[in-house]
Amino acid sequence: MKRREARLDVGGRVNRDRVLNFTWNGKPYKGLEGDTLASALLANGISLVGRSFKYHRPRGIFSAGAEEPNAIVQLETGAYTQPNVKATQVELYEGLEARSVNCWPTVEYDFGAAANLCAKLLPAGFYYKTFMWPSRFWMTYEYFIRRAAGLGRAPKEADPDIYDKAHAHCDVLVVGGGPTGLAAALAAARAGARVVLADEQSEFGGDLLGRRDVMDDAPAVEWVRKVVEELASFSEVRLLPRSTVFGYYDHNYLAIAERRTDHLHPKDGAGTPRQRLWKVRAKQVVLATGSIERPLVFADNDRPGVMLAESARTYLNRYGVKPGRRAVVFTNNDNAYAAAIDLADAGVEIGAIVDLRPDVQGPLPQKARARGLEILAGEAIVATHGRNRVQSVEVMLLSPEGDHVHGTARKIDCDLVCVSGGWSPTVHLFSQSGGKLTYDAGRACFVPGKSKQAERSAGACHGTFGVADCLDEGFAAGLAAAGAAGFTTAGISLIAPAVEQPGEAGLRALPIVPGRAAVGHGKAKHFVDLANDVTAADVRLAAREGYRSVEHTKRYTTLGMGPDQGKTSNVPGLAILAEALGKEIPDVGTTTFRPPYTPVTYGLLAGRDVGEMSDLTRTTPIHEWHAMTGAVFDDAGHWRRPWYYPRAGEDMAAAVRRECRAVRESVGIMDASTLGKIELVGPDAVKVLNQVYANAWDNLAVGRCRYGLMLGEDGMVFDDGVTARLGEHHYLMTTTTGGAARVFGWIDDWLQCEWTNWKVFITSVTEQWATVSIAGPRARDLVRELAAGTDVSAEALPHMAIREAKVAGFPGRVARISFTGELSFELSVPSSYGMALWTACVTAGAKYGLTPFGTEAVHVLRAEKGYIVSGHEFDGTVTPQDLGMGWAVGKTKADFLGRRSLDRSDMKRADRKQLVGLQVQDPNAVLPEGSQVVERVLKAPPMPMIGHVTSSYWSETLKRGIALALVAGGHARMGQTVHIPLEDKVLDAVVVSPVFYDPEGKRLHG
Amino acid sequence: MADSYFRQTALAPLGLAAKATDAPGEAGVLMSEHPLAEHVNLRGDGASVEFLQVARTTIGYALPTEPNTVTEGTNSRALWLGPHEWLLVAPLGTALVATLGRGLAGRAFAATELGDARAVIGLSGPNARDVLAKSCPLDLNPKSFGPGRCAQTKLSRIAAIIAQRDDAPSYEIYVARSVARYTWRWLEDAGSEYGVAIVAG
Repeated sequence: MKRREARLDVGGRVNRDRVLNFTWNGKPYKGLEGDTLASALLANGISLVGRSFKYHRPRGIFSAGAEEPNAIVQLETGAYTQPNVKATQVELYEGLEARSVNCWPTVEYDFGAAANLCAKLLPAGFYYKTFMWPSRFWMTYEYFIRRAAGLGRAPKEADPDIYDKAHAHCDVLVVGGGPTGLAAALAAARAGARVVLADEQSEFGGDLLGRRDVMDDAPAVEWVRKVVEELASFSEVRLLPRSTVFGYYDHNYLAIAERRTDHLHPKDGAGTPRQRLWKVRAKQVVLATGSIERPLVFADNDRPGVMLAESARTYLNRYGVKPGRRAVVFTNNDNAYAAAIDLADAGVEIGAIVDLRPDVQGPLPQKARARGLEILAGEAIVATHGRNRVQSVEVMLLSPEGDHVHGTARKIDCDLVCVSGGWSPTVHLFSQSGGKLTYDAGRACFVPGKSKQAERSAGACHGTFGVADCLDEGFAAGLAAAGAAGFTTAGISLIAPAVEQPGEAGLRALPIVPGRAAVGHGKAKHFVDLANDVTAADVRLAAREGYRSVEHTKRYTTLGMGPDQGKTSNVPGLAILAEALGKEIPDVGTTTFRPPYTPVTYGLLAGRDVGEMSDLTRTTPIHEWHAMTGAVFDDAGHWRRPWYYPRAGEDMAAAVRRECRAVRESVGIMDASTLGKIELVGPDAVKVLNQVYANAWDNLAVGRCRYGLMLGEDGMVFDDGVTARLGEHHYLMTTTTGGAARVFGWIDDWLQCEWTNWKVFITSVTEQWATVSIAGPRARDLVRELAAGTDVSAEALPHMAIREAKVAGFPGRVARISFTGELSFELSVPSSYGMALWTACVTAGAKYGLTPFGTEAVHVLRAEKGYIVSGHEFDGTVTPQDLGMGWAVGKTKADFLGRRSLDRSDMKRADRKQLVGLQVQDPNAVLPEGSQVVERVLKAPPMPMIGHVTSSYWSETLKRGIALALVAGGHARMGQTVHIPLEDKVLDAVVVSPVFYDPEGKRLHG
Repeated sequence: MADSYFRQTALAPLGLAAKATDAPGEAGVLMSEHPLAEHVNLRGDGASVEFLQVARTTIGYALPTEPNTVTEGTNSRALWLGPHEWLLVAPLGTALVATLGRGLAGRAFAATELGDARAVIGLSGPNARDVLAKSCPLDLNPKSFGPGRCAQTKLSRIAAIIAQRDDAPSYEIYVARSVARYTWRWLEDAGSEYGVAIVAG
């Protein structure tokens, strides 16, 4: 195709002194600063930009904005690539690279276009009808469908850009910076309101940028400039250009996608946030979102060169680009005549203005007539011709009823067809806000009805299309919104600029423009949804097949489900469905508008919650020591706990074996700071303990500790831990690391809702204390040194006792609490002393071979003792009795949480899963945790399962594998052999007591 | 004293003191870690005039009863956290827990030392509010949140108490000790587009 320069010498918002180089489908082109990719392509005479989704038909630039169904492109390459962006919304920058999508090998010669030849085989619901049977072939079908479907390609690389989020609060959020929005924002700002004005375009002005309106004897853009300047002077006004309000949620919470560097080359935007998600709470919202021009549905209305009339006008006036050399304007309303006049003024030949209305007398048509433009009233385009661009149209007379055409076809040469079927208010956000739409038959469009939130629509999105009327409505809406937000609006001077507003006669709504052949017969296609290749025949077929609901029809035909979300096809589609069903449009209704208004990037939604910041991490006061010692960390909840401390040449198993040996044979040290700690203060503290724990607490002496099981109301164990009595009415509860917040919430909930008059305060002190556990036969030797001045003998400080003490010289506590089964001390100091305490211990402990041990060694050591762990032995389905811990349930207690559930018959079944030990007959075997236990081994699964392995380790102490398991009726199975089928073998194990080591607890009490 | 040699703030491992500058220049955001202090969580009957009077006598000034406000005495200040809960902040050595224990003896109350459980990050400068807006859902506009205000809120995922100290604006951000580093990282990252200077706490 010969390249044509379509740029005007003067006019528009582009900067002719700044030429930008870009590539399109690998070839270099030039555009101007201020261009979009679409306007730059048109300036280079390129109209064919892509292939359609289903039929691979050639498609051209159809619009100049967010409604674009055709010009879907792949932007940039590699990690920066973006699929499915609309060329009409991409601001041109130096070095931009873009390609067509959905075509191969090239957009001009597309292999997939063969689909167009078998179009009859691809009716509405094609996928549903064809790929249903036989169902096992679905996988095969899906593979090919996935390959054939979709448009662009997602990047494979990680996103190199930065995205962030910000909260904003305002009195008035104005959505849309056209004449209405600017007027509303100005009014609200002058009233003193905090205003946010967001507009999706690169500059404010909206439709005024694409028109030649004169305000106060100057170009309207001059008025825009002055208003924006004044708005910028208010400290409480935030102007957000390049910002799309894409979601309207409850309580006037709106989401805005601000594109901060998308208009720059990816390399120029590096280092700063590319996009920002604004989360706005607005007291009042003014929607001034404008309107979207509707196309007409006529034969082969998808040929490149067919374009919305107002968009052609925008390319001309805003971008200084002639979208064609010879145009035919096809309209059902007066408004499109303005486009014809502008085009003619710019030197575009007007082949004719084809108007569906037989009588055309409005001011704009009269002006066109006076301008010498030919008007074919009461006529219709019945065909378009041309391969990759329209070359001519055929026009015939339309019957008065609008149901058929007659007479002789007249052929008109043209390379541009400007269509206008009227205007649809952009009611998306209003609808998202929960407002109900009403249908305006006169203007053939949905307009906002009753508001549900603190919101008002003004201007074109309210069905008010004249510019003077829009300004008036904008001022009024801005004042009303400021007033509703509590500002005084009396006496605020707002004078609208003088602007000409030609009157307009009504439009003629025809769902389908009739042609030579009936819809669905003959070769011509009448497209409703260009993005998804849905034709009028498809919608009618759906109606014939019984689809009545607009929502079902949408999904069946895919009408409005493309990247443009049906911005130009919604109302035309409804009109065809209504006609086919013999109903009125309001009775058919419209589909629900959902966020986002236009697509947003995943990066925007993720914000800074990526990489190291994707989730919070909690570290103990001793973390630095662990990290510097090379500890491998285990994430528990958000905590980073040392898992094991490998020495040079050690793997995990070797490190854990060494750590276990140290604790059993000499002494080990562990950072226990992460355990949850809750202080209970007040005379009723013991009542709380009696309620939340299953055992009794009345007789716990000051200075002593007790272990307890916490049950849910269902009687199931959900947490466990040791509580110490520090004073008369003062207790310190410890919880599991992961359960701390839940336990606090649980108790707080009961105190706030049920035990409201109990005299007790609970306070989380988890973070106040650094706790070090010293365990092993030499523990006392070390602690005696560290806690000089405190008698730590077995008599003075027996197992489960606690004392205030100076620890390594720091104020703190010493307790005898053991989770390893060894003689064990817990030393606690305020967290700021934690590192000092640890290093003091390590220094003093060197002579005893003090060995730091991590959570893995703890797990092994406690399993040897049969001690339970949350998530392993109890998981919300296990009772104290199941765990063999009936001793931890107060039999004589009047009440405790979960007590009643323990009396249910199901809780007393003998065949409940119960905690047992498993001794594998092969001593070297370590069962995988989670393995299923069976009574009888069958040839292949399924086989009846009687339990599962909850914990399993190599016991360095016992030199064999040990396991804990929950087995049906396990307590009665002692000595029985059970089987654990694995993938490649079956292991046999004997059911034993879960306590493998020191069952008498001699070491513990040592 | 030897004591301060052994005690570490949560962010001590970051070596902030060595990075601190006296001349922040064009930085839009100044960040610091405050030194250790006494932070006493005080619970008691905020609806009882008698309790409030005794508390006033004990600490020398009135506890705040207006939600999300701060009252101040000569050596400490009190942040309203709830109708029956306050956070009292004082320099180390004030012995607030002991003072409250004596003054409120015989009444239903709890005074719990949490100074070691927390980190306090100072955030100030012309863009401090912009930084907080990136993670804090509250409206921090001077019209609704100025000096003398405090609030329990979230910064991203982090539970925090924020208090505004002056019009700079300067904020104190109280977070759990264990998340201090994550918080610092978050704020530093959020501030990077405005320029961050580390200053003495």
